[in-house]
Amino acid sequence: MWRFAGRRALAAVLVLFAISVMVFLIFFATPGADPAARIAGRNASQETLAQVRASFGFDKPMYMQYGLMMRHLFIDRDLTSFVNRGSQVIPQITQAIPVTLSLVIGAAVIWMVLGIIMGVAATAGRGTAVDPIIMVFGVIGVSLPVYWLGEVVNLITQSRLHDSWFAWVPPLGYAPLSDGVGTWALHLVLPWMTLAVLYAGIYARVLRSEMVGAMNEDYVRMARAKGIGEGRVLIRHALRTSLIVIVSLFGLDFGALIGGAALLTEVVFGLQGVGKLTYDSLQNFDLPVILGCVLYAAFFVVVANFIVDLAYAWLDPRVRHV
Amino acid sequence: MSEPLLEVRNLRVSFRTRTGTVTAVDGISFTVDPGEVVGLVGESGSGKSVSMLTVLRLIDNPNCVIEGEVLFKGNDLLTMSDADLRSIRGREIAMIFQDPMTALTPVYTAGWHISEQIRAHEKVSKKAANDRAIQLLTSVGIPNAESRVNSYPHEFSGGMRQRVVIAMALSCNPSLLIADEPTTALDVTIQAQILELLRDLQSEFGASIVLITHDMGVVSQMANRVMVMYGGRLVEAGSRLDVMREPAHPYTWGLMGSIPPTDGTRAVRLAAIPGAPISPSDSDRDRCLFAPRCTFATDSCRPQPGLIEHRPGHSDACIIPFSERAQRRTEALAPMRART
Amino acid sequence: MTASSPAEPNAPILLEARDVVKHFPIRTAQGRQQVRAVDGVSLKVRTGETLGLVGESGCGKSTFGRCLVKLIDPTSGSVLFDGEDITHMSRRELRSRRTGFQMIFQDPYASLNPRRRAAATVEEPMRTHGMGTDQEIRARAIHLLQTVGFDESYANRYPHEFSGGQRQRLGIARALALSPRLLIADEPVSALDVSIQAQVLNLLADLQEEQKLTYVFIAHDLAVVHHIADRIGVMYLGELVELGGSTEVYNNPRHPYTEALLSAIPVIDTDTEVRERIVLTGDLPNPIDKPSGCAFSPRCRYAQDICRVEKPLLQIQLDGREVACHFPVATGAK
Ligand SMILES: Nc1ncnc2c1ncn2[C@@H]1O[C@H](COP(=O)(O)OP(=O)(O)OP(=O)(O)O)[C@@H](O)[C@H]1O
Ligand SMILES: Nc1ncnc2c1ncn2[C@@H]1O[C@H](COP(=O)(O)OP(=O)(O)OP(=O)(O)O)[C@@H](O)[C@H]1O
Ligand SMILES: [Mg+2]
Ligand SMILES: [Mg+2]
Repeated sequence: MWRFAGRRALAAVLVLFAISVMVFLIFFATPGADPAARIAGRNASQETLAQVRASFGFDKPMYMQYGLMMRHLFIDRDLTSFVNRGSQVIPQITQAIPVTLSLVIGAAVIWMVLGIIMGVAATAGRGTAVDPIIMVFGVIGVSLPVYWLGEVVNLITQSRLHDSWFAWVPPLGYAPLSDGVGTWALHLVLPWMTLAVLYAGIYARVLRSEMVGAMNEDYVRMARAKGIGEGRVLIRHALRTSLIVIVSLFGLDFGALIGGAALLTEVVFGLQGVGKLTYDSLQNFDLPVILGCVLYAAFFVVVANFIVDLAYAWLDPRVRHV
Repeated sequence: MSEPLLEVRNLRVSFRTRTGTVTAVDGISFTVDPGEVVGLVGESGSGKSVSMLTVLRLIDNPNCVIEGEVLFKGNDLLTMSDADLRSIRGREIAMIFQDPMTALTPVYTAGWHISEQIRAHEKVSKKAANDRAIQLLTSVGIPNAESRVNSYPHEFSGGMRQRVVIAMALSCNPSLLIADEPTTALDVTIQAQILELLRDLQSEFGASIVLITHDMGVVSQMANRVMVMYGGRLVEAGSRLDVMREPAHPYTWGLMGSIPPTDGTRAVRLAAIPGAPISPSDSDRDRCLFAPRCTFATDSCRPQPGLIEHRPGHSDACIIPFSERAQRRTEALAPMRART
Repeated sequence: MTASSPAEPNAPILLEARDVVKHFPIRTAQGRQQVRAVDGVSLKVRTGETLGLVGESGCGKSTFGRCLVKLIDPTSGSVLFDGEDITHMSRRELRSRRTGFQMIFQDPYASLNPRRRAAATVEEPMRTHGMGTDQEIRARAIHLLQTVGFDESYANRYPHEFSGGQRQRLGIARALALSPRLLIADEPVSALDVSIQAQVLNLLADLQEEQKLTYVFIAHDLAVVHHIADRIGVMYLGELVELGGSTEVYNNPRHPYTEALLSAIPVIDTDTEVRERIVLTGDLPNPIDKPSGCAFSPRCRYAQDICRVEKPLLQIQLDGREVACHFPVATGAK
């Protein structure tokens, strides 16, 4: 297991390196336009261009340029945005990351718990009304668009019923953990729910179909023949083997959300997260910010996948050696 | 006679499928006495596994219709509450499944599987259960059991997995063991060892065994009684010597004639019963199901002949007068033997 | 007399294994160790021949079979199919050769996709290799299902709706779908009753005669192997210990392990015939910690000091049999 973890960690580092090289090539080494002009943004003055050229070493060889870029990003952390008149990029990103992480991790916990409960309950209730009812809820969850659901939630909790039922709902926006866990959670609870509804629906459906398949397997029949309770058969045998699929799905979704796919939720609830930041910088052609966002997002996606790989190996002994 | 341990009365199992009803088991009745080994043989697809799965109510298929009674120590397993049934499963009646490759949950070790079974029925510590698992694995002939107890199913060969399943079934010393082809994945030396183990279970603990197998050699070494199934029905039942030496039903003749010779001669072609096996979705059931493949079939093979005890303890379902059987048998077996 | 047409002695060699080794790493209480599942097996199979492989459960037959069709990569050694080394071939090169060799798996259910109906299971390999129009493929699938004894009512059933023996026949039909030249059959008839087993064995023999098929036939039932195979190879703890003509090996084993194996065949009527059964005692064979010298020595009744020290090599005896033993059982000593 440790060797496996070590190998995976090494692979993760290599992937990160590869991504950074690729990003570098795309941003700086694509032939055609002058990279300095792209970084400096539209209508940049000659001084700005010269400044950019010097700080990114565009007259130096490629590998030096790559090194300089990395240095600006991770060592000196002094990458500056030119569109926004010299604002520092890295602090923007490090501010956005906790927001997105809070949003996505919280939502992930909710949707995993909800999805698993729904999936297991539907499997256990096969042949009764429970199963189709849960699955219909799942479909509804899947088909509600996040931005619409978010707006409705906001409409109800922020204006219509804000004075009666939802008086506890704080105004939109993010409160850092340093303000206290309660405040933090209170600000996020509605965004969490909104984001989780979609995924809980998907996960419940996938899990149900996996588990119903597993219930037909010989090993489930064997487990029953041993005289153990139906609950244990369901959880320890059918769910345990079906989790393997759920976890690999989770790795993909979680990584994508952290990398910016939670944009809609962030926008609707006024959260200044990575998705929002990337979106804004794309609008302004603010290349340094895009650069920073892409690499930081990649970092978290790779780390998330690394953790999922470990969970996967822990869940499925068959992958440990390969 | 003591009361039978297991009594199956007129058991009928059918599945509703997209293409019509499949009758897997078509009204079988039999008993298993305490301490007895019953060999169950028959055509592939004749309902051996399904009928034994029904005994433990292990068919979890909403399209499955089960009729009849299965009495274990006088109680009907088919109508019993789930909780009562659970205390019987695994402890009183243990089962070894046919396909050992898929009978183990892939994410748990061999030791985990055996411990789970022990701890489901006895209050013992994890450590004690694990020690018993090691002991059981050694007794079924897994080398180096102390470290193999921590191996996952995919790390075992087919035969080793089968032995893990056998160890699991034996762990609570059941009073009835249903063994569905327990030795198919094993070489003959290990097979001999496993059969020895089953015999111990029978002689030391007085357990009864229902042994489903295709290997006539195994039947003749183990069974006190033999039952032959065809098309979901019992076509012959009797003591081992009666059935092996003087089989009464034409299907059994065909079966005996198809055994590849073990005496060192080599057949050009193996004799086989001509024709295709009866399909369980065949709806024309009020007749002898073997008739389409039987050389002796006449019009009187319809309606379905009942299982009749022609002499004490040996019954069969065939209309050929019992006095003519010996002669017909010779006629049937001669051409099959001649090909060798 | 032989069952299937005997391979012509000069037929070209279709399959050759050269010193195939497969070790699996596993974790044990003593740390990481190697399971020496296949430990240096070399053999040749001629076109149109049937090679039977027998041996103790867990001695590496399936693993060797998987190496032969490159479902797993051997740790070392190589496999030549039709003179080409397939062990070091790229995936792409291999793909075009795949139709040439197929495997029937020991675990019928585990190797079937539970969500695919019977006909689709048989059609699938034909589709991936683009073998004709949908109708042609369908027709061939139905035909194959019929050859293994299913009428059309089975075509739309899922694997879990089949009995054990029916699943096994489904696996056979799928393996035949691509008309391979070489078939590695791992326990293909173990779950069949003797009558259907006879039909399937006859079918395999017919196919061999018509299409010059080559089989490697792994089984535990020695009578079956004796019947179908032209030559029998006996494996013990990952090594080949005896190799020779089917009838000769069956009637006249020269390796002590083969002798013990044959003596353990259950006899149909125990009351009429009593034959001496050699009961193997001693340490159980353990592929993690193989004994020094001859792997069989701890359980061998003829073992002497040299056997525990020096490993016997597979050598051709006077009668043409290959045996790995310092003291082979004398000819005609049964
Ligand atoms: N879920 C199911 N749906 C439809 N038919 C089924 C189902 N399960 C089993 N059958 C059919 O019931 C019949 C009896 O199956 P069973 O498994 O009892 O055979 P068997 O005697 O054990 O055969 P084998 O020796 O090949 O294992 C078979 O024809 C099989 O196709
Ligand atoms: N993935 C694996 N990891 C570790 N050990 C393995 C693995 N696969 C097989 N083995 C081991 O390799 C040995 C040979 O296994 P293999 O399946 O080839 O045996 P076999 O001769 O086919 O036996 P059987 O007749 O019981 O099927 C066994 O000791 C088995 O435990
Ligand atoms: Mg069966
Ligand atoms: Mg095997």
